[in-house]
Amino acid sequence: MKTDVEKAQLKTLADYRPQMAQCVKCGLCRAHCPVFAERGRETAVARGKITLAQALLDGDIGPDDKVAESLSQCLLCGTCSRHCPNQVPVDSMVLAARRELAAHRGRSLLSRSLAAVLRRPRLMQMLAFGVPRFAGLLFHRVPRQSGLRLRFSLPMVSRQRSLPAFARNSFRRSHAEYHPGNPDRPLVALFTGCMINFIYPQAGEGALRALTALGFNVVIPRDQGCCGLPALSAGDGATAGELAANNLRAFSLHNPAHIVALCASCHSGMTRYFCDLGPAYEKLSLRVTDIHTLLVDAGLEAVLQGLPRPATVPGAALHLPCHLRHDPQQAAAPGRLLDALTSTDWVPMDRSEACCGLGGTFSLYHYATSQRLGAIKAEAFRQSGADRLVTACPGCIMQLQDSLDQAGLPQRACHILELLGEALEDVQKLALPASSPTIRAEQKSNL
Amino acid sequence: MLDRRILRLIQDIVGEAYVSTTDSDRLCYSYDATQRRHRPDAVVWPADAEQISRLLKLANAEQIPVYPRGAGSGFSGGSLPIQGGLALVTTRLNRILRIDQENLIAEAEPGVVTEDLQQAVEALGLFYPPDPASLKFSTLGGNVAECAGGPRCVKYGVTKDYVLGLEVVLPQGDIIRTGGETMKGVVGYDLTKLLVGSEGTLGVITRIILKLLPLPEAKKTLLVLFDSIDGAAKAVAAVIGAKIIPATLEFMDATTIDCVRRATDLELPAAARALLIIEVDGDASSIEIQAGRIEQIVAPLGVVDIRIAATAEESEALWQVRRSVSPSLRKVNPDKFNEDICVPRSRLPEMIRIIEEISARLQIPIINFGHAGDGNIHVNIMVDKAEPGQKQKAEQAIEEIFAATLKLGGTISGEHGIGLTKAPYIPLELETGAVACMKAIKQALDPNNILNPGKIFLEN
Repeated sequence: MKTDVEKAQLKTLADYRPQMAQCVKCGLCRAHCPVFAERGRETAVARGKITLAQALLDGDIGPDDKVAESLSQCLLCGTCSRHCPNQVPVDSMVLAARRELAAHRGRSLLSRSLAAVLRRPRLMQMLAFGVPRFAGLLFHRVPRQSGLRLRFSLPMVSRQRSLPAFARNSFRRSHAEYHPGNPDRPLVALFTGCMINFIYPQAGEGALRALTALGFNVVIPRDQGCCGLPALSAGDGATAGELAANNLRAFSLHNPAHIVALCASCHSGMTRYFCDLGPAYEKLSLRVTDIHTLLVDAGLEAVLQGLPRPATVPGAALHLPCHLRHDPQQAAAPGRLLDALTSTDWVPMDRSEACCGLGGTFSLYHYATSQRLGAIKAEAFRQSGADRLVTACPGCIMQLQDSLDQAGLPQRACHILELLGEALEDVQKLALPASSPTIRAEQKSNL
Repeated sequence: MLDRRILRLIQDIVGEAYVSTTDSDRLCYSYDATQRRHRPDAVVWPADAEQISRLLKLANAEQIPVYPRGAGSGFSGGSLPIQGGLALVTTRLNRILRIDQENLIAEAEPGVVTEDLQQAVEALGLFYPPDPASLKFSTLGGNVAECAGGPRCVKYGVTKDYVLGLEVVLPQGDIIRTGGETMKGVVGYDLTKLLVGSEGTLGVITRIILKLLPLPEAKKTLLVLFDSIDGAAKAVAAVIGAKIIPATLEFMDATTIDCVRRATDLELPAAARALLIIEVDGDASSIEIQAGRIEQIVAPLGVVDIRIAATAEESEALWQVRRSVSPSLRKVNPDKFNEDICVPRSRLPEMIRIIEEISARLQIPIINFGHAGDGNIHVNIMVDKAEPGQKQKAEQAIEEIFAATLKLGGTISGEHGIGLTKAPYIPLELETGAVACMKAIKQALDPNNILNPGKIFLEN
């Protein structure tokens, strides 16, 4: 079973030498790095991390604790690269450096624990089901707030953090694998991501509803797993490679025209990192689209605008996930959908594009910094006067909810797909002509 | 390396968390935008003038070089710890102390990022004009130490024109105040002006009193494409001759336009061999009049195309042409030697032609752009250091360009400073008497040569 799929080949840190040389130490990253804004030290900013990564390769510095600490100080938000005059791919380089460090130092407890769970979907499933049962022991409900807070410390998880509850039933388990639509319409495969599968199934529900309303044929491949980004983030290349190989297999089987990611982080995992693993991976990653972009391209805005408008509508502020900001069209899609929704008013919020501060494993290592970044966000939200904080990534939702809770704000953070699901609850399959929507699907070839 | 005894003394001054001798900190404070590397023995982040004073006293007693540093974004190596010692980082002194709307002054600490001050004063309808390209990350302390310029200097002047007073820790640890809060002041030598642009060799700046202006109500941007550099240069002279001083008068030569055209999808016709970005500011009615007159003035000077921004977004789109230069450069060659010569503005076309000749003769691309209004040219000599002989060629080009600059009555550095990279060329521009005078000042204030040693003047 494992031989039929091309082995994932991750780049090594040495492969990034040319990109390292592109960093001219101008210092512009100092103006844009959210972590640097909090820490104020050169070891926390992109050009410092690049210097250390290069020194590591050149043997000018050993893989010591300080280097590891510095390289852990990255949210992988990509803000520095977007503003960099030479577009140095800092996030990919930091990930490669973390793998390099892990090779020298051995993997961290966090990295090993992550691998243990992520590589075993059944264990994940079991944990997800087990947790609600033991939830009372582990967590105590935060009054009036929607997160949970740990009763006692787990390693690396702060007791202060409010955590979301696991769903009673995972999204993939509670839905059929195939959802036939209009026979003339293409097949779309859902990449649910772990968090939507286990924690926020209502977002998956919304995606399914929107896609079927547009007549798409939908498949939710059973054997899909984690996108691998958490493992990559923790410096565990081997696990990330295995997970990628598994997803390549799971999705190739159905030969979908599009693979839509419901989570901005999974989307970046399945595109920006996945495509580097080898030709077969690159080919598959070309089919991966962010769900919001696909829905906009397929004409969902018009559908939403045609829905009745209630007498009073709540206001929603939008937080744009970092992982959607790489492409302007993609970055605009969640806002366009929110704008088209008649059940919600889009309320402008300051710094709506600033990182929420989660950064995957970053917030586990650096919860204090992560919290400070979250507090800035929560304050901007409070000032917006909105009733809900909407975003397009479950990771951001978890962080934003924690930030709202910490700031003593009663409002909820949720996925925009959840709002779409609510709005489209009564909408039957729409009889859209097969040719009308413009879909970004040039690739119809076989994998 | 610092011995443990000295390290303990430094810890006593700044606290354990604010001094580091780790390899990672030493590496991360070894560079600036020159990309040269010199590791300090330790990095210190003092909190205030008093700590800096104690550090300098200790440094004198123990003969440890001290290198003041802001954001580390300089282009001439001013903050590089070339003799080891301490990298003294001023970014913890980052408070804007006050903005006085009656007297139009601001007082700030050196670690404040220039743009942060600008935004704070602009929120009150005030204006701090100096705008080095690094303003989003460089610090006021660094700007003052290097006397930073920027595009707006043609109308508003450079950093030194806005510094009214300073608090400075002298090399031996004495804390002094210079100048003050008044627009006028002639008591004693003008130490403020001496310290502005002294590149961290005469003192560590710990407080800065800045002059502010009222924020201009509006601005308007014009992009004018010319068929030759002469047309652009004549346009500069004609506009200023017509008693209009635009807020910015930026130019790009043919090599720069070609470079941007190749690297981006910005629309730049092949006939365009030079361009000017002209921005006028003032009250809403006057900028319309100014823009209209500029249009008339430049029309007969070989204009290929003229684009006038009606909105802020359109203005941003025009500036995009200028902003794309830097990223486009690398596509020509991986390494650049970045010089910032300045000639009398009327000599600009002559200078460009000399540079073009040097570029053709030595067969290395040289890309010129910059601030036409004040004759300040950013000369970018693009080479690949990995190729044998290229570095030498670049050095030869620099020497020839500097010689020509001086011949035309110019200066070898308009706004980047001398630091390390231009120290060898100082004798080209300054008479021995002037150099001796500067060295005497340095010797008097810093007899142990503790503060930023090895900069501006070559030691042998």
